[in-house]
Amino acid sequence: MSAEQVTTRRESAVGAGVSTLDRLGYRLQRLPLHLVIIIFCAIWLVPTVGMIINSFRGVSDMGNSGWWTTLFPPHGFTLESYQQVLAIEGVTPSILYSVLITIPATVIQLAIATMGAYAFAWMNFPGRNLFFIVIVGLMVVPIQMTLIPVLQFFQLIHLNGTIMAVWLAHSGYGLPFEVFLLRNYLGGLPREIFESAEVDGAGHSVRFLRIAVPMTIPAIASLTIFVFLGIWNDLLVALTFLGTSPYRPFTVVITGLVTSLGGGWQFLTAAAVLQMALPLAVFIFLQRYFVRGITSGSVKG
Amino acid sequence: MDQIITAAVAVVAVPLVLLGYIVLGERVIEALPDRLQVAIRPYFWALPAIGFATIFMIYPLVRTVIISFRNSEDSDWIGFANYKYFFTFPDTLTSLRNSLLWLIFYTSISVILGLVIAILLDRVRYESLAKIAIFLPVPISAVAASIIWKFMFDYQAPGTPQTGTLNALIGTIGHEPVAWLINSTTNNAALIFVGIWTVTGFCMVIISASLKAISTEVLEAARMDGANEFQIVRLVVTPLLWPTITVVGTTMIINALKTFDIVYVMTNGAYDTDVIATQMFSQLQHSHYGRAAAVGVVLFIAIVPLLVVNIRRFQQQEEQR
Repeated sequence: MSAEQVTTRRESAVGAGVSTLDRLGYRLQRLPLHLVIIIFCAIWLVPTVGMIINSFRGVSDMGNSGWWTTLFPPHGFTLESYQQVLAIEGVTPSILYSVLITIPATVIQLAIATMGAYAFAWMNFPGRNLFFIVIVGLMVVPIQMTLIPVLQFFQLIHLNGTIMAVWLAHSGYGLPFEVFLLRNYLGGLPREIFESAEVDGAGHSVRFLRIAVPMTIPAIASLTIFVFLGIWNDLLVALTFLGTSPYRPFTVVITGLVTSLGGGWQFLTAAAVLQMALPLAVFIFLQRYFVRGITSGSVKG
Repeated sequence: MDQIITAAVAVVAVPLVLLGYIVLGERVIEALPDRLQVAIRPYFWALPAIGFATIFMIYPLVRTVIISFRNSEDSDWIGFANYKYFFTFPDTLTSLRNSLLWLIFYTSISVILGLVIAILLDRVRYESLAKIAIFLPVPISAVAASIIWKFMFDYQAPGTPQTGTLNALIGTIGHEPVAWLINSTTNNAALIFVGIWTVTGFCMVIISASLKAISTEVLEAARMDGANEFQIVRLVVTPLLWPTITVVGTTMIINALKTFDIVYVMTNGAYDTDVIATQMFSQLQHSHYGRAAAVGVVLFIAIVPLLVVNIRRFQQQEEQR
């Protein structure tokens, strides 16, 4: 998204030293381009904006008229649907459970992944390539393929329905991608640094903690955002391992309300806004890391 | 309260435990003779990651294949009965058909839209602003996106004010309201469109990143040779972007096959909108583990070609390192 490049390309299309009439013609010619872009932006923006507006309307208004009617007076903004949603039993705790699931699960998997990636990047061992190829393959395995045995495993060790089970499951599912990404990043660090540290008598624990980890912070930061939001937004894993547990996270509780309410679900707009507030805030304030995480992950993967 | 304490302990304890594992483990290893050190150390470092991958992915993969050939009590082998069920029962066949629709339309449209929007935005000054609008749905969860679109598709009986944006829009041109999510000619298309809406920004951002890497000189040369903008896009830009397009495409194929959240939240598979992932989940909820596993295996087999492609691409990249 570099502005400089955009300008140069645009100007090269115009050409230098054109008359006013030419410029006007050029503007007119480009009108369809702007129109198409505006239509695309509207389709991608309006649904979200409309729902956010709707969430601040009275619950009965929502069922009787569209969100756009609020744009004209009387606006009738109210926090009614937020009050109604938060008053439903289990909704407020579920937001807390989402936090309690997401933060430890993120920390656990990134800590383990960084350590594993270091071994794959800077140590030689028989079977290293084979193990790594398996990890590359696991990145695309659908988690549906693993749900039943993992569920049975949790039942066996009496962990089913606990938050800890979801931490472990998420960590297992997230690891292949994280190890892959971090290993590529770690492997790209200059060899000389590690070699001179070794000459100075630094063991692997020092090299890992003092050199590898600090130098990998940019990659870990992007990955943290990505993993954190992935778990915060997850439905399937939580539904499978916590579906009937008292510790259901926010996404599962909202989904339960949507499917059980049938009609009169309109006030759930407030729940959706609350659920997406965190991802949107992360996106807006940490946009650069967010986009970098996405591009580095898939262009190389 | 207990849960908060456990979570807080975990956040602090896990890194500490790993730190202790590293420092103490290294101390033990360093005390060993050199040759043993070299042999043991890598496994010591990779063990937690390999262990997790084995417990949560490799072992379950094998186990799921086994379960798919067993009855729901897991007490006896029943051959291909679970697969036969999946490929003959009307409900599961519908889910198979719908997943195929997702595979074709979700994949192609999201990639093409991502490409088109990236190319269009490359030509205007407000590119970064427009990108934010297109990208906005990406960080939003499928659950929230489903509620957003339930409102867009909302249907009220004809004659009453339409609260759904789409029905109000088609109402202004005098069209009868459509029950988008119930009507079986529109509901799959509607769900697939929601999927496309959530993911186009993702495709756009990646394609746009490689678009920026194409040098302006190449495009300039094509213009000098008299190529018009459409020819440039078709004959110069698209071929140069092809590697990126295939990477994005494979990611979208996997997404399409795994689709679960949107369908589960918006229709719960009702009105013939089931896909294989929701079908599998309902089998799982009814404790038909054998049948659910068979669906999982079918899903996995569909993804195997991509897995091979992924590994091959990785090996090519390794040779270039």
